[in-house]
Amino acid sequence: MRDQLDAAFFRGLTQPRMSRRQLVRAGAAGAAGLGLMGFLEACGIGGSKGTGAENVDWDKFWADQKKSGELVFANWPYYIDIHQGTHPSLDLFTKKTGIKVDYKPVIQNNAPFFAKISPVLKAGHSTGYDLMVITDGWELTQLIENHWLIPLDQSRMPNFKKYASPAVRDPRFDPGNQYTVTWQSGMTGIAYDPKATGRKITSVHDLWDPAFKGKVGMMSDDTELGAAGMLAAGITDQPNSTPDDWQKAADLLTKQRDDGLVRQYYDQSYIKALEDGDTWISQAWSGDVFQANHSGYPDLKFIVPKEGVMLWHDNCMIPLHAEHPVDAMEWINFYYQPQIEAMIEDWVWYLCPVPAAKEVIADKIGDPTVAKSPLVFPTPSVQKGFREYYTFKGVDDHQQYTEIFDPIIQS
Amino acid sequence: MLFFVVPLVTILAVALETGDSVNGFTLTWNFSIFPDALDQYQTQFVRSFLYGGASTVIALLVMYPVSYWIAFRGGRYKSILLFLVLLPFFVSFVIRILSWQFILADDGLVLGTLKDIHLLPDSFHVLSTPAAVIAGLTYDALPFMALPLYVALENIDRGHVEAAADLYASPTQRFLRVILPLSAPGIYAGVLLVAITNIGDYVSAAILGGPNTTMIGNIIQQQYVENQNYPVASALALILMLALLVGMFLYARAMGTRSIQQYV
Repeated sequence: MRDQLDAAFFRGLTQPRMSRRQLVRAGAAGAAGLGLMGFLEACGIGGSKGTGAENVDWDKFWADQKKSGELVFANWPYYIDIHQGTHPSLDLFTKKTGIKVDYKPVIQNNAPFFAKISPVLKAGHSTGYDLMVITDGWELTQLIENHWLIPLDQSRMPNFKKYASPAVRDPRFDPGNQYTVTWQSGMTGIAYDPKATGRKITSVHDLWDPAFKGKVGMMSDDTELGAAGMLAAGITDQPNSTPDDWQKAADLLTKQRDDGLVRQYYDQSYIKALEDGDTWISQAWSGDVFQANHSGYPDLKFIVPKEGVMLWHDNCMIPLHAEHPVDAMEWINFYYQPQIEAMIEDWVWYLCPVPAAKEVIADKIGDPTVAKSPLVFPTPSVQKGFREYYTFKGVDDHQQYTEIFDPIIQS
Repeated sequence: MLFFVVPLVTILAVALETGDSVNGFTLTWNFSIFPDALDQYQTQFVRSFLYGGASTVIALLVMYPVSYWIAFRGGRYKSILLFLVLLPFFVSFVIRILSWQFILADDGLVLGTLKDIHLLPDSFHVLSTPAAVIAGLTYDALPFMALPLYVALENIDRGHVEAAADLYASPTQRFLRVILPLSAPGIYAGVLLVAITNIGDYVSAAILGGPNTTMIGNIIQQQYVENQNYPVASALALILMLALLVGMFLYARAMGTRSIQQYV
């Protein structure tokens, strides 16, 4: 009985027959549809425009703020000193200032983190973080352009003015350090396993060497991928690059993929692929390779290609509606002392924003490997190879860029 | 119903919007987004159905004998055996896929050993190939395939099988003409469960895949989270859903004459 009913039901679904009663019903559905239209219209997603803090008297804002004794700090994993589960630098900060730090290593990647906080900021609420660390790039540009950051109180950061390296002062993406100061910088160059490649690697073009077919690691982040493509296309002045240049780079990258050279487009997992031997040569971040060298993979080499190396900065900033901005400023100022910077640098191994920390690491901490490393304190010859990324001019500009580079990864 | 219809209509509305993350998205009834998105990501759609289909078939071929054996030969150990099949699934999904990445690494446990004794050429690899993605999908589908199969096989009246034997049916005939048709509901439900999940999956391709193994789930994820291109992501999600519904409907027409509830 039941079987027959179901068969009839299916037939009904496949054979469009409209009776008069159904016509009436359809009319009713149409009326309901008019109500639906209103609902659909209401589903529009608001933009970020006008949700930031414009025309605010920031001097008055800072004058009104008081220290609260609390600080919520969002950072990337393994990006601060760790000793038996605690962070000595943060503990010292609490001891000196009485400010308790809730340290959250929650940022895995810029874009997903931005996707998480942007609806909150758009709605005008606090993200819950007082300080966060974001790389210079499209997300940071949006945060600044949307007025979603609290300008730093320049009077509360004397240590930055005193100790910061010229490399992190007045950066192109944030003139005058109005909103950000650098947490750490790093280089995107090439890492390789000399035993596997069988030769020295010196150039970005080695990523296109047919001998390494299926063993080349590239990054899935389109800013990194595009930058490597542009270096290979001979475009070193990337802040002034044009869509034509991007297309040239994309063509090279597409060829690299179609020739079967690329093993995979990696996120942070590229370093594991190198360690496991899945890749022999890969785009790489300087600090990771240094850390891998000291955790069982001494053979891996990081090089600055002769075409240059991309220099990036991870920056501390205070998001709009932060509840403890003064405490955040206190930490920024505290961080920029050479002895504190040294404590953290001796663990993190990226590019140090405070040159004076070198002596502290060499003399007081007694770790000459880090103090002498050109990856932590770059020599002038390394510095000569530093190349800057393109800074997006707006949402259309960014869209054009992703439309050129995304099809390479999305294959 | 409310929890199903409202999100669905919202997705439809978002798909028909145009704009960007700074200026906002407004409803413009941009229906051309559907053909455009389909055209742009045709390869990934086809690939998703191929991978999803292949993994479903393999999972069925692997789990049918296992379920059969447990149901017919398991004896008093049935529940323990079934529990053993399900055991790996108490570990988080992502961790399981990640451990495959570790096991199948080029110089890892399996390939490294085989290469050391020169059974495989040095350049051989499994990760980043379609095979790896399909294997990941299949592995993950095993228990979802096993459970309905086991229930169907377990429910078969043993009397029918004996009757067939009494009527001089050979073991092969008994299987093909009695057991297999009677277990059809389990096959039906298992295939449905696995195919739908696997076609939309993106974790396996993200972790075990390489260039040219991207599935439609990965594209939706990237468009939504990284590019904040909500309309395209919504349109792709809707197309996928529609394709799955049509596929399911055709499958129901071809295979099922009874309602799904009766099968499970």
